[in-house]
Parts: sequence; structure tokens; C-alpha cells
Amino acid sequence: MEKENKEKDIINDVTTGEYRYGFTTEIDTDILPVGLNEKVIEEISRKKGEPEWLLEFRLKAYQYWKSMEMPRWAHLDIPEIDYQAISYYAAPKTKNAPKSLDEVDPEIIKTFDKLGIPLEERLKLTGVAVDAVMDSVSVRTTYREKLAELGVIFCSFNEAVKEYPDLVKRYLGSVVPYRDNFFAALNSAVFSDGSFVYIPKGVRCPMELSTYFRINAMGTGQFERTLIVADEESYVSYLEGCTAPMRDENQLHAAIVEIVVNDRAEVKYSTVQNWFPGDKDGKGGVYNFVTKRGICRDNAKLSWTQVETGSAITWKYPSCILAGDNAVGEFYSVAVTNNYQQADTGTKMIHIGRNTRSTVVSKGISSGRSQNSYRGLIRVAPTAENARNYTQCDSLLLSPDCGAHTFPYIDIKNKTAVVEHEATTSKINEEQIFYCNQRGIPTEEAIALIVNGYAKEVMNKLPMEFAVEAQKLLQISLEGGVG
Amino acid sequence: MLLEVKNLRAKIGDKEILKGINLTVNEGEVHAIMGPNGSGKSTFASVLAGNPLYTPTGGEVKFCGKDLLSLSPEDRSHEGLFLSFQYPVEIPGVSMVNFMRAALNEQRKYRGEEPLSATDFLRIMREKREYVELDNKLAGRSVNEGFSGGEKKRNEIFQMAMLQPRLSILDETDSGLDIDALRIVSGGVNKLRTDKNATIVITHYQRLLDYIAPDYVHVLYKGRIVKSGGPELALELEEKGYDWIKREIDEKEK
Repeated sequence: MEKENKEKDIINDVTTGEYRYGFTTEIDTDILPVGLNEKVIEEISRKKGEPEWLLEFRLKAYQYWKSMEMPRWAHLDIPEIDYQAISYYAAPKTKNAPKSLDEVDPEIIKTFDKLGIPLEERLKLTGVAVDAVMDSVSVRTTYREKLAELGVIFCSFNEAVKEYPDLVKRYLGSVVPYRDNFFAALNSAVFSDGSFVYIPKGVRCPMELSTYFRINAMGTGQFERTLIVADEESYVSYLEGCTAPMRDENQLHAAIVEIVVNDRAEVKYSTVQNWFPGDKDGKGGVYNFVTKRGICRDNAKLSWTQVETGSAITWKYPSCILAGDNAVGEFYSVAVTNNYQQADTGTKMIHIGRNTRSTVVSKGISSGRSQNSYRGLIRVAPTAENARNYTQCDSLLLSPDCGAHTFPYIDIKNKTAVVEHEATTSKINEEQIFYCNQRGIPTEEAIALIVNGYAKEVMNKLPMEFAVEAQKLLQISLEGGVG
Repeated sequence: MLLEVKNLRAKIGDKEILKGINLTVNEGEVHAIMGPNGSGKSTFASVLAGNPLYTPTGGEVKFCGKDLLSLSPEDRSHEGLFLSFQYPVEIPGVSMVNFMRAALNEQRKYRGEEPLSATDFLRIMREKREYVELDNKLAGRSVNEGFSGGEKKRNEIFQMAMLQPRLSILDETDSGLDIDALRIVSGGVNKLRTDKNATIVITHYQRLLDYIAPDYVHVLYKGRIVKSGGPELALELEEKGYDWIKREIDEKEK
């Protein structure tokens, strides 16, 4: 007992460090009054200078959303959300689309510097091009010119609408239609910005593309949209990171990511999600309701890797539609919950083409009083001859008061399918900790070592630049949660 | 004097297992602790190492002049106490290289030394694994995961070589070893012997003592050391078994 208490003490001491990204930036913000109606949507569209067809898309989505109810099937206790009490647009006041770094508000540059995201090219992350999004708008995209030489388009969604309307029109809503679900409809109505990527035929994108999302303004929601199109035989690796200030109230984040992977192309999409999780008593934090889906044509491959440590509530199922023959879908996930966090996350692998293969590796880590659920669907359509799926779903419990749950759905309509599901639940093992202690490794470091070892299979899938950060994040997220 | 145990008592749950152990170990010595199953041998090792499953209830232990029982398990390690586990624990996903590097650097930190560079560390690791004939795949393998019984024990002695303890406690290191592994493991232990360190060998059988020659042999029974002697005592036990000692003690208790 004494030892247990001491373990708690050590870890509690460190917890007071808490969330490292909780600062706010003092900048002028152009913010719409709270509430959601057609006027607000028209105003968002007008502010963005959008074409008529996009406004129509938004309004159709809004009409549909009004007829819907928030989904209640997840293993989540979601407080009532008043959608009329949120502001749907907030933008740092700057001149129209800054042409160079000089035109970006120095406070914004400072903010992203503090987060370790340099907006200046040539700095630090030289292998990575960044689109930085604060609240509702993209503030800067680096390396655009260099990428343009290869025909790679990487810009804010807003710019894409203006400069590449045909591409946007063709693919917007093609993977996640606005009718898909409640939050997808909401996003389609009010989305403000996000990133757009197009990789032309046969091009291997030479650098990692990255979007960094930051919520700053108070009482606003963030509704960004990412659209990635990888044309035939192309390749891109894409990273997404996110943080938010510590605030007492809850903030709403409802994003959409759509990915089109054409014949023989490959897309790797990695997320390190670190929205503010709320404080130790469960106050505040981001509600994260995200729809992510990709469609794979013949011989295409889409790989999702996610490290989820933030948000008070996470509702997220990055999915693959394996439409083409021989398409490959992968989902690697580490979801960490601590204190009063709740996560209901997993994936959907929809096998339609012949010889399609999917792999799902989910590692849940729960501590404190949190609830952590894996929810996954494996569907094999009648057309999907010789489909293969392997699912491995592990849960690690670090405290007596947390919960880990697994909800696998398997729907097989073709006899040739081979589907495997393995699941384990384990508690952090006192013997492992003592073994480390005996070799001179204190409990806190021992837990970090064991947890990182447990998550290694997924962490190994992350690009180098992210892996180290993610490892540290894992450690910080768990402090104080073990008992 | 390296280790001085005076009237040590300890329990697991409500059950008292150690009922007053006395033992003194000096630098350069090898002590064997033998005894029938359930006599408290492994408990004794665990209590010295600070396993939280056991609670000391009385007596005292001085280790290099310090009050051992008041130190955390990691500080006992830093002070130079090493336990070779009877059942080494698997830690999936944690490579031996990361594990040993963390261990060694924690020890250095305790002593106020800088962490080792990667090159120096790997060089030391290469040198030490030769003591127990472990190959270079060791570094990338997860701690004890998928190791055979013999490999696990060799891995324990490898870690002992890395940490260079002042006192090593080998808890049933011979259990589950075939004759070749036994030769390798005890060869490693013997190479690590100096006149500055000491070893406590816990074993049920005389067999291991053919390889690691003890200076003193103690018999543990019902939580107490009931007989001590030289190496000849081990041979006598091998020949006569434990029953005669049990009878002697049980008689006295009546």
C-alpha cells in the first residue's frame, strides 16, 4: 500500500505541469456572433468570397442537418450541446491572404513558434511543408512554390476553392457526403478552412505535408475540412497536429477529412491529436467529433496512423473504402485517456474490390477515471473475393477506476473472406515495474518505458519528426493517472 | 562488511514467512542459501531487493553501512544490490538496448555522472554480453520476450555484468537450465567475481555449487537459518536430503 501511495505521489507531483499548450494569443479576431442559421452560413460564404455552388452545398447540408439528431450510440456521456451558443467563424484579423511571412501578424508567428511549428521556411522542420490553421482560417502555408514545381498543390481549402475550383467541385463530398452523419452535415454547412492537397500522376511528394490546427478564440467551434487527392501512382505522407488553449468551457471541433487514393497511389495519414483534454477534475476540454474517410481504387493503399491523447471527448473512426481490386487499408491507433477523458474511436474497413486487404492495430491506454472504447467495423461486400482482414485490439489499464471497452462489428457477405480478430486486456503489471525498479529505473520512468513499449508497434508507423514528439506526449498524458 | 542482516522478519499478506534471519556477508565472499521448498529462500531475496509484495515486520538490514530497508528498490539497485530473478519478467516492445541504457544511466545519475554516449554504451554492451555468450541480436530484442528459459537466465547475468553490483543475489538461477546453460551462466558469474563484491546463491540443489563454489553454506527452514557451515554442508545435504535437518528442528520446537 505504502508503495502504491508513493507511486501516486511521485506522479501527482509531475502532473501539476499539466497541459503545455494551454496559452492564448492576444490578437484581433474577426468573430461572428453566436448562433446558426442560413444568414450565418451566407455570411461565412461571403467572407470567404465563395462561388454560388459552394454556398448551395452548404445550405443543402444545413437543411439536412436540421432534420438530424446527434448520434447517441457511442459509449460516451456527451453533455447537451447548445449549437446556437457557439460562434461558427473566428479569424485572426490580417490583410487578405498574406503573400509572404512579413504580412503575417507577428503574434501569430510567435504562437506557432511556441508550439514548435516554424512558419518560416528553411527552419528546423526542413523536410516538412506546413499549413498553419488558427481558428477558422489558414494563416500560412510554407514551401508552396517548391511543391508547385512538381505540380503538387498544397494550400488552404479557401484558396483551393478559388484557384482550383474544378478539382474541389469534383471531389468535395465524394468520400464523406454531407448526409453521412450529424457532424459531417454540420461541418459541410459551416466549415471555414482547412487544407487541400493534390498530388499529380506519378509524383512522389518529396516532403511530408503537414497541417497544424490551433483553436485560439473563445466560445468558437472549429470546423475544418481537409481534402487530399492522390492521383494514379503518386505518393504522399501527410501529418496533422492540433492543440488548443486551456479554457473552462468546452470547445467544439467537428472536422472532415476526405482522401481519394487513385490507382496504384499511396497515402499515409498521421495524426497526433492533442486538443486540450480538460483539467484533472474534468472541467473544460475540446469535444472532438471527426469524420475521416478515404477511398482506395485499384492497387491503392491508405494508411491511417493516429496518436490520440487530447480532447475531453473523442468520437472518431478513420476509415477505408477499399473499392478497387487489391486495395490495402491500414489503421494504427494509440488512444490514451486520463482523468475524465472519454474516447470512442476505431475504424471501418469496407472491402468491395477483390483481394482487398486490411490491417487494424488498436492500442488503448486508459488511466484515471477515463473511459476508452474501440469500435471497429469490418465489412466484406459480396463482390470482395478473397478479402483479408487482421484486427488486433489491445487495452492497457493503468488505474482501478478507468474503463476499457471493445465493440467489434463484423459483417461478411463473401465466403472467401478471412477475417481475424484478436483482443487482449491487461493491467499494468506490478512485476514489470518491480523488475525495472530492481535495475535502478524509478517507477515513473518504468511506466513510461512499459507504455511506450506497448504502443511501439503503432509509434513505429509515425514519420520520424512526429515519433519523438508523440513519445513524449504519451508520457505527459499519463502523468498522474496511474494508481 | 557488505551486508548485515539482523533478526529480519517479513510477511506476505497476513502470513509471516521470515521469522528472524541473521546473516553477515563480507566482500569477496560467496554464500549459498539452501533449504527445502517453501522455507523462505525466495522471500528473503525479494525482501532484500524491496519487492512491494512483502512487508518487513522486524529486524534490520545494513548494506554498505546504510539502512537497506528504508531505501527504495531503485536506490538499493543504485547502491549496488542486484537480484537475478527466478522468473525474469517479459516487457514487450521494450528493447534490451533501451532498457539497459535507462538502467545504466539511472545508476550514473545517482552517482552524479554524465549519461553514457550511445557509442560507449553499445561498446560496453558488446563486451558484457560475451560473458554469457549472448549474440548481437540481443540488443534489438524486447526484454525477455520470446527468450528460452536458458536465455532468460543468461540475460539476467548479462544485466549483472552491465550494472557491476557489489552484492548479487542469484535466486534459483539454476532452475530450468540444462547442463550447457548452467555452465555458461555460472561461468559468467565466476568471471564477475572480485574481492570487492559478494554473491548470495539461492538454490535447492547442490548441482549449481559444483560450478559456483561457496565459502559458506546456510540452510533456511521455516523462515530461519537453522544451520551454517562450509562447502561440506552442501555435500552432506546432497547425500542425506533435508529430512534430517527438518527432524532436528521440529524436535527442538516440540
